Amino acid sequence: MTATENPPKKYKYVGTRPIRHDGLDKVIGKARFAADLNLPGQLRAVIVRSPHAHARIVSIDTSAAEAMPGVKSVVTGADFPELDINHATFDESVNVMARDEVLYHGHAVAAVAATTIGEARAAAAAVVVEYDVIDPVMEIEDALADGAIIANTKNRTLFMGSDDESNLASFAPFSRGDVDEGFGSADVVVEGHFTTRFVHQGYIEPHGCVADVGQDGKASVWGSSQGHFAMRSKSADILGWSTDRIKVTPAEIGGGFGGKTTIYLEPVAILLSQKAARPVKLIMSREEVLRATGPAPAAEITCKLGATNDGELTTMQATMKYSNGSAKGYAAMLGAMSTASYKFPNLSIETFGTINNIPRSAAYRAPSAPQAAFAVESLVDEIAKAIDMDPIDLRVKNAVVEGDLTAMGAPHPKIGFIETMNAIKDSEHYNSPVPEGAGRGFGTGFWFNIGEQSSATVNLNEDGTATVITGSPDIGGSRASMALMAAETLGLDPMRITPIVADTESVGFTDITEGSRATFATGMAVTNACLELVAEMKSRAAVLRGVEVDAVEWVDGAAIVDGHDPLTIPEITAQAKMTGGPLTSTASLNAAGAGPSFAAHLADVRVDEETGQVEILRYTAAQDAGTAIHPSYVEGQMQGGSVQGIGWALNEEYVYSDDGVLENASFLDYRMPVASDLPMIETIIVEVPNPSHPYGVRGVGETGIVPPLNTIANAVSDATGVRMRNLPMSPPTVLKAINDAKG
Amino acid sequence: MSRTHVNCSVNGDAVDFLASDDTSLLDALRDELGLTGAKEGCGTGDCGACSILVDGQLNCACLMFAPEAEGTDILTVEGIANGDQLHPLQQAFLEGAALQCGVCTPGFLVAAKVLLDNNPAPTETEIRYALAGNLCRCTGYDKIIRSVQEAAVQIGAST
Repeated sequence: MTATENPPKKYKYVGTRPIRHDGLDKVIGKARFAADLNLPGQLRAVIVRSPHAHARIVSIDTSAAEAMPGVKSVVTGADFPELDINHATFDESVNVMARDEVLYHGHAVAAVAATTIGEARAAAAAVVVEYDVIDPVMEIEDALADGAIIANTKNRTLFMGSDDESNLASFAPFSRGDVDEGFGSADVVVEGHFTTRFVHQGYIEPHGCVADVGQDGKASVWGSSQGHFAMRSKSADILGWSTDRIKVTPAEIGGGFGGKTTIYLEPVAILLSQKAARPVKLIMSREEVLRATGPAPAAEITCKLGATNDGELTTMQATMKYSNGSAKGYAAMLGAMSTASYKFPNLSIETFGTINNIPRSAAYRAPSAPQAAFAVESLVDEIAKAIDMDPIDLRVKNAVVEGDLTAMGAPHPKIGFIETMNAIKDSEHYNSPVPEGAGRGFGTGFWFNIGEQSSATVNLNEDGTATVITGSPDIGGSRASMALMAAETLGLDPMRITPIVADTESVGFTDITEGSRATFATGMAVTNACLELVAEMKSRAAVLRGVEVDAVEWVDGAAIVDGHDPLTIPEITAQAKMTGGPLTSTASLNAAGAGPSFAAHLADVRVDEETGQVEILRYTAAQDAGTAIHPSYVEGQMQGGSVQGIGWALNEEYVYSDDGVLENASFLDYRMPVASDLPMIETIIVEVPNPSHPYGVRGVGETGIVPPLNTIANAVSDATGVRMRNLPMSPPTVLKAINDAKG
Repeated sequence: MSRTHVNCSVNGDAVDFLASDDTSLLDALRDELGLTGAKEGCGTGDCGACSILVDGQLNCACLMFAPEAEGTDILTVEGIANGDQLHPLQQAFLEGAALQCGVCTPGFLVAAKVLLDNNPAPTETEIRYALAGNLCRCTGYDKIIRSVQEAAVQIGAST
């Protein structure tokens, strides 16, 4: 459903729900994902991974492996150029292949390509690596302790004006007003310490690629990535190659959620292929995915809020510590930035990022926001209970609107936070009684979204059909969105439009599909290209009708000239040869004006007080989409994000042994939600259009994962009477919290 | 390593292939027969992306050795449609937007087909439990469940 059931019909195609163009191949098993590609003469490769979480590499002997049957090439860190530690791709370079130090259990130290996967595995086992083992640094507080072992000797505290080795990955403070005065004058002060553990993005398709280096020294790569242009540039950096030597063709991508914005395999496969002069296929196992690819950061957050008895939130103070895993990053800063949903005249947040001997963290849907919002929204909920105020009324009273400041001090653009919360307040769910013995929780979250660079080419074919070519990998229905925006702009049925995602040599540069930007920024490029085509078709129509172009109007996919029949797109394209040649247009941009998307969620839960098991009885998600181009896929983003957040809240966590080995590196033990764990996820699409986009798009991919952690914690707290401050709220954790509260 | 000559039926066609004893049926289907519809999400039977029917029984192809397929009748996602006529489940998944990235979709379709073959009018709870062995990380399952419900209605209406 949408918030306005019968909105004024503004668009003909935008907002409709056609079958997605790439759907058929995906339901008949024909869609080609990276692991589905095979080339003649192809070798299979295997990565050799460190059995230690932290070690110096003393030596690597590959001679035995190279002599094994079927082995065609072997590479180690010595085969890659050394990048300067300040190079933007340095951390990814050493993550792809360790050089002198191993930073986590499962870190790549060598790779082998052989004629069969069995031979490659046997040879990988024959690579001899001598390690000087060091104690791993696993916890945030261990990393920050005085005299701590340095988890990654290449990390520097340059951001602190020092060149020292350090486990500190980042430090950034944000403040305004006077928090001491704020707490001093507050009627209610609540505070707490909140913890979340490392979690994985959990895409079902493991990372994989096929690389083929030809006699001309150029590499063709087929990969699973959220950004094949970034895959190309990062691979070029890591190999020390020029960009034009690598062509990347995007395979269908089997889920990413941020985790496929970085690269792991491609430079390795390219080098193995170059050495062997044969194509190389390199596919991770699920265990490798869990041991060696991007978790989302663990966090330790201490937060304190002050409010007046009439519900004004006056003061927020927080210390946010996030672990980036093995390399530097901005995790903690992003967490702080994504907490300022309320006006808070007095605010002080200090953020610390740490380095630990855990895989280099990767983006995960609204990266860092869920952890921070868990803390803040839990405390806001406590204030609502303390002053006996409706939790939505309290938030609406303090919610940021256009012009209010974000945590880092910039004003919010036009946003729909209040509208989104009111959509929940007006919902049937909110207005129905809480089931007997259950608890209800409300919570919110948002994500900024980003613009970045996109390109699009639109070709009108001879028969008036169209091809829309972009460089944005489609990770959840974006091809359908592109076709709908092109359809609306041109006045052409979306089923007469073929949207494709082209390789790095067939469309202009396009940044990664991240930051909920594809439908926003790439959609804007598509729209601009189509607007140019409309202008061109009007001038062609003017030629055909023998009138000035000013006399031509474009109405519903046809050129209108007074006194003549309309000239439709097929009629114009059929005569293109006589009027100036093919009709094609390319647009590229660096999109400004990304619109933040806010969400509000509502959950009813029942807690089994004997086992600590939490059952979700009902769940409703409302989110401001700006404009929903294809509402089904907007709902899908909201539902998928909600359920990933539910998993984070209730089940998912990395469990490490003392020596830094992940103990639950399988889908059996890393327990993601399954269908029988869940109810339907009810959705309410709110539409407060983004004035910076031609169709009002905000981007909806990420925000949905932010509220569930806090919403469910608030619900479980309501059900049990015990405040939940540690995630996941797995049965033992909930049981312990209940029992501790009983004393 | 010597390889075993395996004869079986896949999607109604008699096929044969060579497989070493430690080759999974999934790898044989994908690499020897070129049927890449079934996916490897985990290789340990936990995600259901490689779901196939073997003599009418739902199986994870990653958990079977290829030589075990000798003499069996196998159905993969490539065999669910009747020529260019989509199965009602496939049509319902398309119309109901039940797929996002699409990598788990083949497994869900096979698992849902065996459910509806055995239970033409399942409850929501029955559908959720029948599909609990299939992981989807994109959809939150909502649109998958609704699409299976819709397919059940369509099948019921046409019989």
